Amino acid sequence: MAEPTRRVGLFVTCLVDLIRPSVGFAAVKLLEDAGCTVEVPRQTCCGQPAFNAGDRATARAIAEQVIDAFSSYDYVVAPSGSCAGMIKAHYPELFHGDPNWLPRADAFTAKTYELISFLVDVLGVTRVDAGLEATATYHDSCSGLRELGVRGQPRRLLGTVRGLTLTEMRDADVCCGFGGTFCVKYPDISNAIVEKKAANVASTGASLLLAGDLGCLMNMAGKLQREGKAVEVRHVAEVLAGMTAEPAIGAPAHPRAEPPR
Amino acid sequence: MTHIATSPRFKENAKAALADPELQNALKFVEVNFIARRREVADRLPEFDALRDAARDIKNHTLAHLDLYLEAYEAKVTAAGGHVHYAVTADDARRVVLDICRRLGARTVTKGKSMIGEELAINDHLEANGITPVETDLGEYIIQLRHEIPSHIIAPAVHLTKAQIEADFRRAHDKLPADRNLTEPTSLLAEARGVLREKFLAADVGITGANFLVAETGTSIIVTNEGNGDLTQTLPKAHIVLASIEKLVPTLEDVSQMLRVLARSATAQEMSVYTTLSTGPRRPDDPDGPGEYHVIILDNGRSSMLGGDFADMLRCIRCGACMNHCPVFHAVGGHAYGWVYPGPMGAVLTPSLIGVDKAGQLPNASTFCGRCEEICPVRIPLPRMMRSWREREFERHLSPATVRSGLAFWAFFAKRPWLYGVATSLAARLLALIGRRNGRFRWLPLATGWTRYRDFPAPQGATFQARWKARNAGPR
Repeated sequence: MAEPTRRVGLFVTCLVDLIRPSVGFAAVKLLEDAGCTVEVPRQTCCGQPAFNAGDRATARAIAEQVIDAFSSYDYVVAPSGSCAGMIKAHYPELFHGDPNWLPRADAFTAKTYELISFLVDVLGVTRVDAGLEATATYHDSCSGLRELGVRGQPRRLLGTVRGLTLTEMRDADVCCGFGGTFCVKYPDISNAIVEKKAANVASTGASLLLAGDLGCLMNMAGKLQREGKAVEVRHVAEVLAGMTAEPAIGAPAHPRAEPPR
Repeated sequence: MTHIATSPRFKENAKAALADPELQNALKFVEVNFIARRREVADRLPEFDALRDAARDIKNHTLAHLDLYLEAYEAKVTAAGGHVHYAVTADDARRVVLDICRRLGARTVTKGKSMIGEELAINDHLEANGITPVETDLGEYIIQLRHEIPSHIIAPAVHLTKAQIEADFRRAHDKLPADRNLTEPTSLLAEARGVLREKFLAADVGITGANFLVAETGTSIIVTNEGNGDLTQTLPKAHIVLASIEKLVPTLEDVSQMLRVLARSATAQEMSVYTTLSTGPRRPDDPDGPGEYHVIILDNGRSSMLGGDFADMLRCIRCGACMNHCPVFHAVGGHAYGWVYPGPMGAVLTPSLIGVDKAGQLPNASTFCGRCEEICPVRIPLPRMMRSWREREFERHLSPATVRSGLAFWAFFAKRPWLYGVATSLAARLLALIGRRNGRFRWLPLATGWTRYRDFPAPQGATFQARWKARNAGPR
């Protein structure tokens, strides 16, 4: 190979690790297809739950652990705007005024990316080799959108998926009401917000809802299913990697046959 | 006396708000109209973002030299024949207002819209002392009839429907013929105008707020759309301006920049209908104007925000755009926040003014979606400051015990990757086994806040890290 190999450490995120490993494998496929070698060091979480709960000491301890675990890679990539945003936008805050750690945090931050924007903005990926007969709508998760500027990249790549039609929902860039622990601390308010989101998704008539963050996806999938709305929900990486054989989020283990691709 | 804060009961307030169909109906207006109109007017001005930067810089500069600008402002006001009163606390400010009113033998006081007035609960204070305050801004007039506080800093009655307002008018205006049509906003406005006209003429003192105080000239500025502010401040014997220390701006040139972002962010106007500049009392050759001009500059805890974690909040120009764009505000409205300032700006400011022990719920009730910061005309990092409040709460052990112990339990594992791997593998496999057939759970212990309203997806089985290890151990 003429090009130098890019060594990517996959920050798989705690939710993907626990709930939906197939998103992790989709990320690996997309990165490998784009010429990266992917490694997965032992990891837990980015520390955001502690950070947003005001527990800075725990957030910092976890951040140190993450920086140590991923120090040897050229890039750190997460299939989540929220976790990548935590690292990129907030890790340096945790080490403010610390002459030993701040430079390390800054360097770490500089090489950390959200998956889809990494593919498009850094690796220059313009198309994917995947197909799916479906009409999909895409939700912009807040952290990815506002902290990292993820908006056009996933739509551009989705536009190259054979058979896929993308239809925009109203208020695609409005919060789904997940907000990490917000959804369990303020369940009534969270529900009111996700109700609106579910209605906006449903009124597009799309059969598939996509987004780049598993937390938001679980929230929206859970609401759509509770309301009996027949919309499949998947992480955008699954579709871009052509890995949609797994049942959709919250769907039964033995689904009806997938449409041929 | 100030408004009694119901902020500690935010959750109960929110629940009631969500169950109030009329409120929910009224709130749609904010979510739909305010946002679309602001976007349109911002898009029409290519330099809007540059103006926001300039507005931020003007405010930062002023706050960095606030002592100088306050002194310069005071000197100009005094030179113009006016009086500046510094009020350290809300009590001090109320005393000054009452002293002026008493000295002038005031019986009726007209009022323009003022959030400082709300902070002081000045109407209650005047009433308790036998003086009748009359709100002259239509929205404020409506909520005065209802004995409520504003639910929004620029649209105080936005939580009400037209039908509710009509009912209030029919109740309060006892001479109103039953057949008078009050179904249109314009007819409601005409009715209020008729009633208020007499009050303007009868008022002994007029109280207004201030959007800006200009150090260069000693001028106070209000922006309004109804013209009520002008009548309030020019007809009575004395004009009292209620302001706070962060309203200072160095020059008129600076104000002209601030006005361009304020009107667009607040009401999606290029300029408000009235921009009223007041400098001192009536001069000998003026055709009209008040005989006395007083400016009360309230601190009420603000100076302790200078130079600290919450200093950026002092840039706020009270446009209300943050609440207009807030999904939580859209869901519960302003009254749920339980004190004078609602929405994201209230979630940051209220704990500063009444204490995080009382208002701690507010900075927690945010999804951190970041939309408020994205549209703030003076680029206040509202989510960052809400998080700072959460840190204070955590340090002072004010956050609920269940949250703290849950967090500690999670952190114990998150800081021990090996143990975490074992525990999550077990949990994922167990949940997958139980949830496999349906693919999701309708109920989960310890997650009822989630499952009350939505299903929870079953994990796929082994964790990603376990699968990855297995994949790399075998042939590839």
